[in-house]
Amino acid sequence: MQVAAATQTNTRPVADAAKAPVLELRNVSISYFVRAGEMKVVPNISFKLGQGEALGLVGESGCGKSTVAFAVMQYLGTVGRITNGQVLFEGKDLAKMSAAELRAIRGRKIAMVYQDPMSSLNPVIPIGKQLMEVPIIHFGQSEAEARTRALQMLREVNLPDPETMMDRYPHQLSGGQQQRVVIAMALMAEPSLLVMDEPTTGLDVTVEAAVLDLVARLREKHNTAIIFISHNLGTVVRICDRIGVMYAGELVEEGPITEVFRNPRHPYTRGLLSCIPTLSADKNSRPLTAIPGQVPSILNRPKGCVFAPRCRFVQPERCSQDPLPTLNISERHRVKCVRAEELPAHEKLPEGLEAVAIGPVPVDAEAVLQIAHLRKTYHQATGMFGGAGYDVHAVNNIDLAANRGQTLAIVGESGCGKSTLAKVLTGIELGTEGMVTLGGKEISQVPVEDRTAIIKRAIQMVFQNPDSTLNPSHSIGYVMQRAIRKLRGLSSGEARGEASNLLKTVNLPVEFATRMPRQLSGGQKQRVAIARALAGEPDLILADEPVSALDVSVQAAIINLLVDIQAKRGATLVFISHDLSVVRYLADYVAVMYLGEVMEYGRTEEVFAPPYHPYTEALLSAVPIADPDVHQRRIILEGAMPSPQNRPQGCPFATRCPRKVGAICDTTPPPMQTTAAGHRIACHIPMDDLKKVDKVVVA
Amino acid sequence: MAMSDTAGSISRTWARVRLLRESPVGIIGALLVAFWVLVAIFAPVISPYDPNSNDMDALIDPGPTAAHWFGADMQGRDILSRVIWGSRTVLTVAPVAVAVAYAIGSLLGLLAGYYRGWVDNLINRVSDIILSFPAIVLYIIVIMRFGPSALNIILAVIFIASPQIMRIVRGMTLELREREYIAAAKMRGESALYIMFVEILPNARGPLIVDACLRMGYTTIAIGVLGFLGLGLPPPDPDWGGMVKDSYALMSIYPHMSLFPAAAITSLVVGFSLLADGMREISMRD
Repeated sequence: MQVAAATQTNTRPVADAAKAPVLELRNVSISYFVRAGEMKVVPNISFKLGQGEALGLVGESGCGKSTVAFAVMQYLGTVGRITNGQVLFEGKDLAKMSAAELRAIRGRKIAMVYQDPMSSLNPVIPIGKQLMEVPIIHFGQSEAEARTRALQMLREVNLPDPETMMDRYPHQLSGGQQQRVVIAMALMAEPSLLVMDEPTTGLDVTVEAAVLDLVARLREKHNTAIIFISHNLGTVVRICDRIGVMYAGELVEEGPITEVFRNPRHPYTRGLLSCIPTLSADKNSRPLTAIPGQVPSILNRPKGCVFAPRCRFVQPERCSQDPLPTLNISERHRVKCVRAEELPAHEKLPEGLEAVAIGPVPVDAEAVLQIAHLRKTYHQATGMFGGAGYDVHAVNNIDLAANRGQTLAIVGESGCGKSTLAKVLTGIELGTEGMVTLGGKEISQVPVEDRTAIIKRAIQMVFQNPDSTLNPSHSIGYVMQRAIRKLRGLSSGEARGEASNLLKTVNLPVEFATRMPRQLSGGQKQRVAIARALAGEPDLILADEPVSALDVSVQAAIINLLVDIQAKRGATLVFISHDLSVVRYLADYVAVMYLGEVMEYGRTEEVFAPPYHPYTEALLSAVPIADPDVHQRRIILEGAMPSPQNRPQGCPFATRCPRKVGAICDTTPPPMQTTAAGHRIACHIPMDDLKKVDKVVVA
Repeated sequence: MAMSDTAGSISRTWARVRLLRESPVGIIGALLVAFWVLVAIFAPVISPYDPNSNDMDALIDPGPTAAHWFGADMQGRDILSRVIWGSRTVLTVAPVAVAVAYAIGSLLGLLAGYYRGWVDNLINRVSDIILSFPAIVLYIIVIMRFGPSALNIILAVIFIASPQIMRIVRGMTLELREREYIAAAKMRGESALYIMFVEILPNARGPLIVDACLRMGYTTIAIGVLGFLGLGLPPPDPDWGGMVKDSYALMSIYPHMSLFPAAAITSLVVGFSLLADGMREISMRD
């Protein structure tokens, strides 16, 4: 546990471009051959990767990032094929190699790390044995030598107690630990190229920060070239010195990180940069700019520029020329856009954190939702008759309120109890102790089946997963009308008209009523889900990670929609999220949860500025920010959140806290310290000392 | 609204059937089943003789002749006609039995999976008891107790298939009840029955259609076995299994007597199995 004072730097030594590149793709075309015919997923891509260089490939889902990674591994499966061009690894064409030659290279010189560590590790073989396989197979080492090497690698990836770790099975490790093992395995043979496909996407933000930090450190140490694929621009900034932006299978912009971020020339890159919320802006300072439309289907690729149909700078006659030229902005900065040089300078989002001053606390509207001393305890039965067992406190003594027309955000990592809280609010689960009142009525003890029509109408929910939120057997129109009729008791004729109105409210065409959910994109499904939640004109909308499964451009549109609806209808929003950037943008009040408890609560500007709870401080330092010019203090948290049945006696955060004051943190629950403005922090460190802490993020 | 949704669901089902064209295996299965369905429907038209009339001349040489294409049996009855009429037995008993078993099994499975707790326990324990008996022994007990008749065969099949169907539906319900759209339905105040039959059951249809095809095949076999054991339709009505039973002792001399009805059973069972394979291929695709 260290509080690193170093700020984020991007002044890594620029790899010597004159040296022979480790990897070079020359005019590579990749197709999948499926029932419908040939799908040209990647029509033509070229790039070079020097020794020790890290290239980040970004873009929304379906843009061909992973396909490029698999082409580099020569692992496109039975339907994929490189139809043209060369994939040169250390000067030799991988496409022309035999299976035996490829085997000698894979794992030895090129290694890959996938998104899901659990599917990369064999569940029935101990970690140590899996690691030892690499040197035994590739270098013919003896078991003893391989064991020494494996232990050394486990130490390098900061896994605690490597000796016992060697005998563990994958399921006995946390997700972050598993990914470290996979990274250790990939680096065992000191490969010259490491391909990482969304390696931190499934991890919590503090764990992600630790893994990214590890990758950056190992890269410097071993001088490994990296292709880092991610949909998250922030993570790329942390690891890479170059970035390649992919759109519909094409590399539309490529160059050094700082240059591309300071001076993005392709409209798609600009779009991506303006649609992600950063920690420095909220809904009152600027709207997020969503990119209209969708990625075109591969079978209907437009002629000329693929981005033209969604581009706000489009000039049809020039943009439809085929082939489209690639312009060099500088020696290492290439853009595939005819207008790249003439576009106006990209307006970087203005104000930093200090620009948002904490004004006088406004007179708040009445509290619609009040949560007082709420507890939710599950009894985990053990033994045959369930008599024995232990209690799991999923939500432990929570006090919160949400005011009319405002947004209360609940943030925390997985397992912090935020979804359990949502279940109690909806009545799917009952509270164990305490009170939840909605408009003055107690609801935490009333199961959803017994709730009165008034309460059902008053609270509605938007769910996380667009693929499970709508019943695949029901048309959109049926879903909407059913909700309207059940909640408002309208006749079917009235419901039909109202359904059309609601679809318009969420910016969907009325004709969508006849569509089935599978004909809709993820963002469209989420819009229908929002429309459905609005059907009863609720006082309170509960949104549980409503945008976390969506691409960034779609995410921006959904967030804007929520802001808009709230402004127009005055609905109260309880927004549950793990993403601090989104919370910063959307919320009026924020509650930070850890292990079932609220560690910090206050107005958004207060929570995002000192005094911080040490956990909030760590979370803020872990958020990947898509701006190389923002300085972020690094605090790496070690270990994982304890499981709820091993809840620490004192402060829940004591086991990982970098600012732990001493034994008191382990033995005594922290006092809730409250400022005059209502900002609450549960910590043993006096508020005055917490106020002296520096800002985590400085623009 | 409900009307247009039903229309939509029919057109979607039809689209699914048309998809079958892309599965060669499924087409063969569908053709075999369709063949027997047509034979059963048009039995009075295409059958050359009354299946129960005795042709004493045929007894001299019961083998296949121009007059009796499939030959005749020990009582001089035309085997082709008996095979044709026999298809009616199978193709009424099997669909009725499977349909009713599905109605009962689905209801119990939905109740067990949706309510869990003691409802689930009760339904499961009773099913376990039924399923722990060998099916064939159960068939014999049921038919022996209530006597051989089409209705009793149907009841026996329902008794044995319902718990199996219950288990499939229960498993799918346990999974589907956790979907977010179920929570949304509860939050707008839908009744438990609505959630079970409108929100859950339609989404279980893919695997259930495949299972129903396979189950038609099993039931065809079961009807054949019961006939063979003398527990099928009471004589003289034609029954494929019973035809094999009456003649298997003469297999070495007159193989045609048991061969043709046995081939009829096999082709129908294979038809249902291939159709199920085709349906599975289609359901994997979307």
